[in-house]
Amino acid sequence: MGNIIEVRDLTKKFGEFVAVKGISFSVEDGGIFAFLGPNGAGKSTTIKMLTTLLRPTSGTIRINGYDPVTDSDLTRKSFGIVFQDPSLDDDLTAFENLELHGVLYRVPQDTLTKRIDEMLTLVELSDRRNDFVRDFSGGMKRRLEIARGLLHHPKIIFLDEPTLGLDPQTRNHLWSYVQKLNADEGITVFFTTHYMEEADRVAKTIAIIDHGLIIAQGNSDELKKQTGTKSLEDAFLALTGNAIRDEAGSSLDRMRMMHGRMWRGSGRRS
Amino acid sequence: MQAIYIMWFREVKRFIRSKSRIAGALGQPVLFLIALGYGLGPVFAKAGQGDYFQFIAPGIIGMSIIFTAIFNGMQVIWDRQFGFLKETMVAPVSRLSIMFGRTLGGATASGTQGILVLLIAVIAGFRPVSLFGVLLSLVVMFLIALLFSSLGIMVASQLKDMQGFQLIMNFLVMPLFFLSGALFPLNNIPPALLLVARFDPLTYGVDALRYFFIGSATFPIALDIGVLVAVTTIFLMLGSYFFSRIEV
Repeated sequence: MGNIIEVRDLTKKFGEFVAVKGISFSVEDGGIFAFLGPNGAGKSTTIKMLTTLLRPTSGTIRINGYDPVTDSDLTRKSFGIVFQDPSLDDDLTAFENLELHGVLYRVPQDTLTKRIDEMLTLVELSDRRNDFVRDFSGGMKRRLEIARGLLHHPKIIFLDEPTLGLDPQTRNHLWSYVQKLNADEGITVFFTTHYMEEADRVAKTIAIIDHGLIIAQGNSDELKKQTGTKSLEDAFLALTGNAIRDEAGSSLDRMRMMHGRMWRGSGRRS
Repeated sequence: MQAIYIMWFREVKRFIRSKSRIAGALGQPVLFLIALGYGLGPVFAKAGQGDYFQFIAPGIIGMSIIFTAIFNGMQVIWDRQFGFLKETMVAPVSRLSIMFGRTLGGATASGTQGILVLLIAVIAGFRPVSLFGVLLSLVVMFLIALLFSSLGIMVASQLKDMQGFQLIMNFLVMPLFFLSGALFPLNNIPPALLLVARFDPLTYGVDALRYFFIGSATFPIALDIGVLVAVTTIFLMLGSYFFSRIEV
């Protein structure tokens, strides 16, 4: 099987700050890929570039054969995404949220309702179909977002810390869906997490990014062997060190900073 | 087209469901209508300017539209905070159609709000001169709504959170309303104030409403409509530009 995601020499600069420093990696079609790294390592910036939300400074990306910069619409149709933070409309019902997504992604009208019900069944939310999302628990919102991300039959699903803040039961369930989808429909899964045991259990391949560079790649056993450790968590710590990282590295924070500077007149957003 | 429709539909659904907000947004115009319309009426009549209630009603309708329209446009900030904006930003449709759908939805909502205020004004004693004039007024109301919805989206695209909201209310929305001639006739006012009013698009909106509702206006109707259409087009273009540059 070929690679559905190809990244070559990808770099992103925010002014002087280099968030991603010429990374290269690929994800096999039908694979489950874990993208790990401490806070501020460049994970979110990379995902934003892969999903057309940020333009790379240099380097190339191929998603399902498309370039996110020049073929953004074709790229966008190729993937589904569950963002780190919730991105549902709380004032709409579960069904309406999925319907809106389906229309935006041009899922044919005659099959849309059927597909929505199919997805709601998959994530066990059929009985909450017409309830407002504002009344949903964190776990239910996550499940609904997964259903939404899969609605338009994407080839790839991006999951950015999908289990953050969820209880072990919900996390367990969530990974079961993801593995089932990967096995049944051959959807490529690209995810990030801070729970190493999840990556160990679910991922077929792993890449670890730190300070904007990919510092290790391989499957869980290879990473353990490379570092001479027994668990993926220990391997991760051996590779990235024990120092605590600040969360200041998100691109939005940097934009805010630069925005503030722009208003005070001492610099411009590039 | 589909994308424009579904974004419009979302705004309309959210508007219809926010009944408390619709009712809340009626409070201020009704208060203005009663306190100023009835309260200042005798003074206005003594000055030989005619019926103040008839004069002020179109201005208050304009006020309810501009407030609701800009507030609706500012929803973009909420969507940014609650994350929904990202969902629309990765969708395989042009941001132009997303922005256009939102603007149309916001305009529909604020236009409807204006119609509600019109109904209240009629109950309170407002008498438009002709039915045909009312129909044309509805078109003008929608134009005003469209203009300020796109202004709201334009402003909201530049803001990261709700902290700037108060600033926008006090330094943009309030001046736009108070300096528009919604509350006072533009003849015989100090030249400096007239100059400011001439740069306020709401001035032309309210003037056009007066022309169709009560048959008297300061500027030629062609100028009113011309300015409204031109400014709406510019704001729509600027709004789409700023909206397309949003990074989430």
